[in-house]
Amino acid sequence: MPERFSFRVNGVATEVVASPDTPLLYVLRGDLGLKGSRFGCGSGQCGACFVLLDNHAVTSCDTPLWSVAGKSLTTVEGLAKNGEQHPLQRAFIEEQAAQCGYCTSGILIAAAALLQSNPAPTEVEVRAALDRNLCRCGSHNRVVRAVMRAAAEAAS
Amino acid sequence: MNTVADARLRRPGSLEKNPRLSRWLWVNRDGTISIFSGKVEIGQGILTALAQIAAEELGVALERIHMVPADTSRSPDEGVTSGSLSIQDSGTALRQACAQALALLLARAATRMGASIADLRVVDGTVHAGHRSTSFWECSDEGLLDCDVDMESPLKGPRDYHVVGQPAPRRDLPDKVFGRPRFLQDMVLPGMLYGRVVRPEHGFAKLVSVEGSKVESMPGFVAIVRDGDFLGVLAEREATAVAAQRVLRSTAVWQKAEPLPRDIHLWLKEHAVDHRVISEKSDAGAKRRAAKTLEASYTKPYISHASIGPSCALAFFEAGKLTVWSHSQGIFNLRADLSKALRMPADAIVVRHAEGSGCYGHNGADDVALDAALLARAAGGRPVQLQWMRDDEFGWAPCGPAMALTLRAALDAEGNITDWQHELWSNGHSSRPGRSDHPALLAAWHIADPFSRPSAVNMPLPAGAADRNAIPLYEFPNQRVVNHYVREMPVRTSALRSLGAYANVFAIESFMDELAAAAQMDPIAFRLRHLKDPRGRAVIESAARRADWNGWKSEEGRGHGLAFAKYKNLGAYCAVVAEVRIDHEVRVARLVVAVDVGLVINPDGVINQIEGGAIQSTSWTLKEQVRLGSHGIASLNWEDYPILKFSEVPSVEVELIDRPDLPAVGAGEAAQGPVAAAIANAVAHALGVRVRKLPLTHERIVAAMDQAT
Repeated sequence: MPERFSFRVNGVATEVVASPDTPLLYVLRGDLGLKGSRFGCGSGQCGACFVLLDNHAVTSCDTPLWSVAGKSLTTVEGLAKNGEQHPLQRAFIEEQAAQCGYCTSGILIAAAALLQSNPAPTEVEVRAALDRNLCRCGSHNRVVRAVMRAAAEAAS
Repeated sequence: MNTVADARLRRPGSLEKNPRLSRWLWVNRDGTISIFSGKVEIGQGILTALAQIAAEELGVALERIHMVPADTSRSPDEGVTSGSLSIQDSGTALRQACAQALALLLARAATRMGASIADLRVVDGTVHAGHRSTSFWECSDEGLLDCDVDMESPLKGPRDYHVVGQPAPRRDLPDKVFGRPRFLQDMVLPGMLYGRVVRPEHGFAKLVSVEGSKVESMPGFVAIVRDGDFLGVLAEREATAVAAQRVLRSTAVWQKAEPLPRDIHLWLKEHAVDHRVISEKSDAGAKRRAAKTLEASYTKPYISHASIGPSCALAFFEAGKLTVWSHSQGIFNLRADLSKALRMPADAIVVRHAEGSGCYGHNGADDVALDAALLARAAGGRPVQLQWMRDDEFGWAPCGPAMALTLRAALDAEGNITDWQHELWSNGHSSRPGRSDHPALLAAWHIADPFSRPSAVNMPLPAGAADRNAIPLYEFPNQRVVNHYVREMPVRTSALRSLGAYANVFAIESFMDELAAAAQMDPIAFRLRHLKDPRGRAVIESAARRADWNGWKSEEGRGHGLAFAKYKNLGAYCAVVAEVRIDHEVRVARLVVAVDVGLVINPDGVINQIEGGAIQSTSWTLKEQVRLGSHGIASLNWEDYPILKFSEVPSVEVELIDRPDLPAVGAGEAAQGPVAAAIANAVAHALGVRVRKLPLTHERIVAAMDQAT
């Protein structure tokens, strides 16, 4: 039966009423209208639905709503702060690092989590960090270049 | 190449079918230009390239061009966005249409200002004559472009291009990078319900019974929709629809499908019903010189489209009319098949294109549109959005067909190929909508008054389908190529990126290396000896140079290989050098791709397509095969159907050979076949053992080594 849950999304205190086992992804996309996190597999295998939960990338498609009560989430919509684009977003456009773009939000979240814990990753580290994200169009190398560019920009 | 004289006899590209100028563009009062193309964005960046063509011919800034998403109620019918043909079909048409629009605008501007056309100076849509000025935006009205394209307007020469030939950023990218709603999956209409279709994990013959009580009590449950063996569920919330689908699937009673063949390649060879010789050459003198003969058989498994986002559609019945939003590659054909399946007139249906996840061929996009329409028909006038689940997509979308191939050739004492034979066995490579009397949409075969399922067919040569690229571009005195068509389909098949070219080029180019080894020649020198086409030779030489082929240093467990093809024997030339390292598995370290697409519209767009195609083909070649269970597809998630991961992706270097005076052709599918064969040749070079069955997994390599010893 539906219950009330409180948590923070992109810095905003949020309340929703839904069944405790509702996957977080549907709460974000449905109740909150945040469409940037996307459904890919429903079982945490592809990364299209990644969100940041306390600075870790988690798959929102198999994260139940009850488990995020009282926590702080960031979705792709929250990467840009105060009207300023996230360095990763600028770099993805610079490098034209996508084809269809369906996996892009999840990759941006995984990359943001990486840069928080490791601001100057090597290429090998970037690839390893993105191994939980699947891309079917073959944009991988552009994505890796974009993440390296964002890291370099943040360091300069 | 079309000459100018040919072009004036017949309207080029899609103009033949859509000659009305106003069908292609509108010049708006607000300083923008709306371009209507019937081709659709499927992640390949085509709308950006078409916008470049329009801006170039009209002489306006790229930012002024607004690409209107395709829509059956207003766009030109350009068939299907497939076959790497959008630049030829739509680009050629738009170029001519925009040239004529420019001429009409200039004539009107000259009249308004009382000047002669020769005295006009135009800067980004503003027209000056002495001290007077006007603009395209002031000169345009509804009547101006209401005429047929007459082919009289002169086209800009490639030497005068400023926009075409320059890299242009993708127009759709900012939305995708900032997480804005952009995909069909993100669309919300007022009062919209969420639907899910209920099909079992594996194939089924019949829905015997379904019990709804377990889902009817779910909060937000709306309805179970059953039409014969078609079953779906509607809910207020998406999570409820998903939960209800899972319950219904597991509690419904399904009658199992017929069992599937155990060895699909053997089965294909036993079930061919049509045997067509598609190329034959004979020279008895050359045949007598044969000193050595070789034979080899190759296989390719079923391959899944495996887009990251499962297919989605939104359908809405209102006053007897149906509107469907779809990411189909062919919205007009989809409308035709929806009309048949729903038994309602086509003019009561509008299909609008909206972007979906990346599309590499005929996936579930069309099927899910009928699923959504069937649910919307039962939704009491509320719109319904329906996305397939991951296992719906893996289990029910058409697959790229499995293929078996046997090649034979003879060499003379000097190492020349004197005889070449290529046989292939395959189902058809297209079961797209709009091409048969019966709808090619999955649910149409399950509803209460069902339609029979059409078999996949092959489009004719020269483009071909199963036999695409089966006729070698090399010149051999004796040659026989046979296409064995299998009609019966144990697994539903249809078009997947490059169709038969992937397997045919894999086989031909693998076999060329086997023959080069038998002739004790370098594989590149051996190819060039048999290839006259100068553009083909140029890409091979260019790839070899960039990869420093002759500077290769041998090392245990490493190898390099080259392969080449001209896509469809009509399109882009592409040569690939692959460098591999083999430990437990094959790791592709580097791909060097040289490509010639004629005139390059958007260099970064071409490079992105070639890189993407090369990486996807590496994934197919190293990892991918649809696994068949006893009654249906058994690889239903990413663990059972792994694709290449970030840490496994090779570096890809693309060398573009720009030929501004030659017609522009598509780039999207050119790399698929050559990449596969280049990797296979590199593996053989590293191991001294040939693996002829795709994918080139650890198990396959071990099996090939066992067989060799």
